[in-house]
Amino acid sequence: MEKKSIEQLESVASQVRRDILRMVHAVQSGHPGASLGCTEFFVALYFDQLNHDSNFKMEGKGEDLFFLSNGHISPVWYSVLSRSGYFSPEEMDTFRKLNSRLQGHPATEEGLPGIRIASGSLGQGMSVAIGAAQAKKIDGDGSTVYVLMGDGEQEEGQVWEAAMYAAHWKVDNLIATIDLNRQQIDGPTAEIMDLIDLRAKYESFGWEVIDTLQGNDMKSVVEGLEKAKSLSGKGKPVMNLLHTEMGFGVDFMVGTHKWHGIAPSDEQLANALGQLPETIGDF
Amino acid sequence: MEKTLDLKFNYTEKKDTRSGFGDGLLEAGRKNPNVVGLCADLIGSLKMGAFQKEFPERFFQTGIAEANMMGIAAGMTINGKIPFTGTFANFSTGRVYDQIRQSIAYSGKNVKICASHAGLTLGEDGATHQILEDVGMMKMLPHMTVINPCDYNQTKAATIAIAEYEGPVYLRFGRPSWPIFTDPAQKFEIGKAWKMIEGTDVTIFATGHLVWEAVVAEAILRSEGISAEVINIHTIKPLDEEAILDSVAKTGCAVTAEEHQYNGGLGDSVAQTLARHNPAPVEYVGVNDSFGESGTPTELLEKYGLNAANIVAAAKKVLARK
Repeated sequence: MEKKSIEQLESVASQVRRDILRMVHAVQSGHPGASLGCTEFFVALYFDQLNHDSNFKMEGKGEDLFFLSNGHISPVWYSVLSRSGYFSPEEMDTFRKLNSRLQGHPATEEGLPGIRIASGSLGQGMSVAIGAAQAKKIDGDGSTVYVLMGDGEQEEGQVWEAAMYAAHWKVDNLIATIDLNRQQIDGPTAEIMDLIDLRAKYESFGWEVIDTLQGNDMKSVVEGLEKAKSLSGKGKPVMNLLHTEMGFGVDFMVGTHKWHGIAPSDEQLANALGQLPETIGDF
Repeated sequence: MEKTLDLKFNYTEKKDTRSGFGDGLLEAGRKNPNVVGLCADLIGSLKMGAFQKEFPERFFQTGIAEANMMGIAAGMTINGKIPFTGTFANFSTGRVYDQIRQSIAYSGKNVKICASHAGLTLGEDGATHQILEDVGMMKMLPHMTVINPCDYNQTKAATIAIAEYEGPVYLRFGRPSWPIFTDPAQKFEIGKAWKMIEGTDVTIFATGHLVWEAVVAEAILRSEGISAEVINIHTIKPLDEEAILDSVAKTGCAVTAEEHQYNGGLGDSVAQTLARHNPAPVEYVGVNDSFGESGTPTELLEKYGLNAANIVAAAKKVLARK
């Protein structure tokens, strides 16, 4: 795949945001907030960083792998997977509907290309990514394994079991990212369960930690992922703290937990789409 | 009592079924380089030390973190590894049910969940560790295979067999030294019940350690003029319904025997099969809605009604209901 410029990646991101909103609106169900907030990350990963093959093979030998732990942001993943060729964009029309491969939360049961494990029940994805990364090491496969988690998800205990294990076993072909939007369903994380200082927590667990302070600026996100990659392979797992805004790209959705799991109305959708140019073509 | 009986199966040696797992794992590891081992700080208890020593590059100590271990195992399957996780049955199931459900069963991952110290016979540690609900939890999960072998040889054979089978498996075994009475060269067929003793009056369906108790019970019943058929249901899911129905078509009644709650265990699996296809009287030998307690394995099997004498009593009771 030809290397895309930042402007080209931003153009893809605009279409992805339209896809997210149109999918969620069509079934009046789903999670637009953090999907919009993570759009730059997903586009940068799939259209710039990952060495991957859209002719999907579960084993992914010789490929970089990505795992989504906070599975509720499935709309952004489905859009990016289909826009990078894993399945036809028309299939986004089936999101969350009966007999669809695009389940509410990502699953392997229906065989959707691009998905390697079910996620949705939080806290499990990093363990899975570590296992995949260690299996690559056993096989001498020098590829990288990526995982994305939510910040609220850091409240799950299994995350810290995995954090301890990854450092102990020197899983340095793992790049984890936390979507640091400081929001969870019931409100700001600082009020619900204060995460205090995730950098200090992960550093004390033995990780290399970087901050991507502008997680909704495509250039910053690409640079952050490149920096994370440059720090991998040096004996430590790498954590990328991605500072984002929930709902980014739509003025009335940005920066609040209120759009965590709410679908826009017809009028709200029209308003939101008016803020996001159609660049590749709606499904 | 056993010495004076004319047993159809005999033993010269006793050994723990967990050792059958450890030895089977080593052999599976030698056969297939994709076999990997994971253990949550119980390498000695699970008898995984020999595998770890021979294949250090394929063995992963996870520390006391079973949830993480299940996730890592699921992740390792993705490029073709065949992970065997080892911890006690309690920590292999109830503690990590959601991890197994989402990352292994629903995701269809080829993980072998190997669970020692199942049931009452782990003994003195008491009810916190004596899980009696694990078979129920695991058999409820779609895609999951559930196996509970009866002795060292069968556990070893089962361990080797599940490495060659593609899909998630729950393998349940235990701690006590137990008679070795099955063939060391046996071929283990997942899902295929084994008719060990032919009989005509009543069928005893047994699993795990209680298969030996069923063998003893058959001899006692025979000495009293009752002909019992003994069927070893080592695979509880998928259940060999054909074997169950064929036998009960002949005998007309059944006793189930297991070191587990009969609610959720082999008892209800057999009863459901009969209720649907050939309603016949069933009596359960199993734990009835209670937790265990500290004691020796023999004392516990007696107190909770799980030994040969209880199987004999259940057989007479069910015969009277025919």
